[in-house]
Amino acid sequence: MRYLPHTPEDIAEMLKVSGVRSLDDFFAVIPAECRRSRPMVLAEPLTEWELNAHIDALAGRMAVAPEFKVFLGAGSYEHFIPASVGFVTSRSEFATSYTPYQPEVSQGTLQAIFEYQTLAARLLGLEVANASMYDGASALAEALLMAVRITRRSTVALSRAVHPLYRRVVRTYLGPTDIRVREIPFRSDGATDPAALGDIGELAAVAVQSPNFFGCMEDLKAFAAKAHGAGALCVAGFSEPLAFGLFQNPGSLGADIACGEGQSLGIPRSFGGPGLGMFASKMQYVRSMPGRLVGETVDLEGRRGFVLTLATREQHIRREKATSNICTNNSLCALTAAAYLASLGGAGIRELAQLNYDKAEYLKAGLRSAGISLPFSAPTFNEFVAAFPAGFKDTYRRLLTRKIVAGLPLEPYYPELPGHYLLCATETLSKADLDALVREVQS
Amino acid sequence: MTVFPGTTGLVLNEPLLWERGRKGRSGFSLPRRDVERRKVPAGLSSEIPDLPEMSEVDMVRHYIRLSQWNFSVDTGMYPLGSCTMKYNPKTNERQCGRPGFAGAHPLLPDEQCQGALELIAALECCLAEITGLKAVSLQPAAGAQGELTGMLMVHAYHQHQGKPRSKILVPDTAHGTNPASAALCGYTAVSVPSNPDGILSPETVAAVMDEETAGIMVTNPNTIGLFEENIRTIADIVHAKGGLVYGDGANMNAVLGLVDMGRIGVDVLHLNLHKTFSTPHGGGGPGAGPVCVGQRLEPFLPIPRVVVHDGVFRWSENFPLSIGKLQAFWGNMGVLIRAYSYIISLGAENLKRASQLAVLNANYIRARLKGTFHLAYDRPCMHECVFSDKLQQLHQVTTLDIAKRLMDYGFHPPTIYFPLVVPGAIMIEPTETESKETLDLFVEAMTAIAAEARETPELLHQAPTRCTRRRLDETAAARKPRLRG
Repeated sequence: MRYLPHTPEDIAEMLKVSGVRSLDDFFAVIPAECRRSRPMVLAEPLTEWELNAHIDALAGRMAVAPEFKVFLGAGSYEHFIPASVGFVTSRSEFATSYTPYQPEVSQGTLQAIFEYQTLAARLLGLEVANASMYDGASALAEALLMAVRITRRSTVALSRAVHPLYRRVVRTYLGPTDIRVREIPFRSDGATDPAALGDIGELAAVAVQSPNFFGCMEDLKAFAAKAHGAGALCVAGFSEPLAFGLFQNPGSLGADIACGEGQSLGIPRSFGGPGLGMFASKMQYVRSMPGRLVGETVDLEGRRGFVLTLATREQHIRREKATSNICTNNSLCALTAAAYLASLGGAGIRELAQLNYDKAEYLKAGLRSAGISLPFSAPTFNEFVAAFPAGFKDTYRRLLTRKIVAGLPLEPYYPELPGHYLLCATETLSKADLDALVREVQS
Repeated sequence: MTVFPGTTGLVLNEPLLWERGRKGRSGFSLPRRDVERRKVPAGLSSEIPDLPEMSEVDMVRHYIRLSQWNFSVDTGMYPLGSCTMKYNPKTNERQCGRPGFAGAHPLLPDEQCQGALELIAALECCLAEITGLKAVSLQPAAGAQGELTGMLMVHAYHQHQGKPRSKILVPDTAHGTNPASAALCGYTAVSVPSNPDGILSPETVAAVMDEETAGIMVTNPNTIGLFEENIRTIADIVHAKGGLVYGDGANMNAVLGLVDMGRIGVDVLHLNLHKTFSTPHGGGGPGAGPVCVGQRLEPFLPIPRVVVHDGVFRWSENFPLSIGKLQAFWGNMGVLIRAYSYIISLGAENLKRASQLAVLNANYIRARLKGTFHLAYDRPCMHECVFSDKLQQLHQVTTLDIAKRLMDYGFHPPTIYFPLVVPGAIMIEPTETESKETLDLFVEAMTAIAAEARETPELLHQAPTRCTRRRLDETAAARKPRLRG
């Protein structure tokens, strides 16, 4: 086996030094009743040739671009990834190193994560961002737990226009606690209704997502004002951070915590993971924050360097009293996002975000003129909801055979929205692709 | 004379991203605009984000230079105890990068993602067979999330029995994530001391196990690198009081093909695919922390689960007792593909061989360094061995000094000051992918450091001197946190 370097002579010599006669002797301490009653049964090992063929066959049974035109967003977005980004992040020194506990031999990762924290904080408009979490959904759950710790209140309000799968993860995380979740309804324009918040006095957090699951921009400022007026925190979720290249970011609108999914920023969709849980807050709350933080310091000779810091919040020091059980971040994904943002630059992210907006607006106009109803009037970024006439299910299936995935049916998530589909158009779809969809849904 | 890998080499300085950029540069190729520009509704548009502006060559040079400041498995031996820093096969990077997987949207209709669903089902079968448990969820994103998933299932199980419980037993050798994960489920962690041999005694567990206690979290082999020989009896004690046994599979790399977690009495076990199954650690993630369960906990597994009917794979939500979802989507697919590729490349015999050689390597180091460094528990170990600085303290040299000096010799330091039960612990896990020559060189470096500790301790106090930075002031970093530029 090519990953196992031991020759028979090596093994013989090492056994002798270790004072045993056979490899089995090392395992003599394992009682018979703990051992396997039979050897493992797995398929015959594959050669590298066979492995390639096997994986290619599996990967060949997936509907992906360019063969398929996929109008799906809903928390996972297709964006162009420059070759340079994949190239630098696949460097062995980044990919095959551990969490940077030993800073002198990990300055590469540490500086890169410090830079990520900086770019994430700037993009989200907040003072401090952590080294990242698993994904947008668990980041939201951790944000709500953080708000509960800070305010010592035990009810959170969560918009129904937050990604339904994120809300399910929140329910899982909060399941064993006595924290109550109150859902805030959305209005007929697709945005969450600040007037429906109810009694804010008992709330730890008011959590909305912007752009929300329907692609609509929320009036974050109104939610932040209401929350702050009653001593609650405003938590702003997101699943498409590219929107902040064009639209106002959560921090500038008054959010105390911004958390969401950063897959958009140069990370392949990879069937949903790994992604990037982005997490930022005001500096005053940093000691209640979950996750790793990298900080700047100096070495013995006074040179700038970086270390993991404020570790007294974390499980390896505080054990059961930690702010979270999280151990790692999604470090390599954070590094990828920073390299992607640095490649884009300020002017680049503005233009790319504008192009996404324009593509979606073009598709909206096309569908509208084809007589398709777009029920939500709130402004959107690169995805939106269309309500198709009865019988569209058959059209949807027919389009699949024509290698078009015409959005996400919303009925399984919102039974009150039958025939409604969430459609996404990023810069990766051409005008011809958009025109083709409009043509196909009519026929 | 022995040539150690440690050397100063040519290391280039590199400023922060935004110190390198110049306004007006770009490293990105935007697609040709083929639709007209629209105006964003008034009052919603932002200022242009404050991001560095760099050409492609600026960006590439920046990160390549930073990468050269890192130690990595591909650079050299990384004997970090409990972290299983084995070699990460390169073919696995190809497999997860296939466009059909890397480009796949997670919410494709089932018929349009059969390849991914089949791979998920196949990997679940492999992990069930390897652990001896019945069913698997690949959803947890990391070991700690796997622990949380396991604890949530334990919590849901007792709830379903109509008797929620309030405490959980956690050995004093456990990782910090164990009590932290249990605390998220509202459990009070009760610390169980290990015995003078470094393992749990049935009597100690029996004394604290009661009907208010949800179960026990056991890492086996434990963090001292010792097999919990009494585990079968302990599991019986816990089960007799209605509790469940949580297995922390962080150290599974020692016992593949040897131990049956089901027979041991484990009800739920998480695996770290980034440890045992060789996926790269990425400088701290992403990893993957699947959970494997026995019959009792299967109904509580996260949803959705892949089911197969007439050769067609589908997502099913039809598991009413499930604890729910842990991630927005299905798990860290990119990591799962790598682990699957590793398992099917090795097969059953080579996986067992990997464990045997991991244990051989650890015992070889234990035997060769015994006497030079104080061995906390002087008995054969599994995949890792734990020394301490007891002998070097006589010369005012600490574990930290030894660790830092190893860097100058060109090795990553072992895990230090953990497990907590060994003061000044030096926890060494070589893994099976290190050759005898590398281990010999490591032993020689450690031996030389022990001699330096006696003769020139100042060398250790000053170490490291060959890295890009000398020792960093961690106290100052925490006192006045500067967390962004």
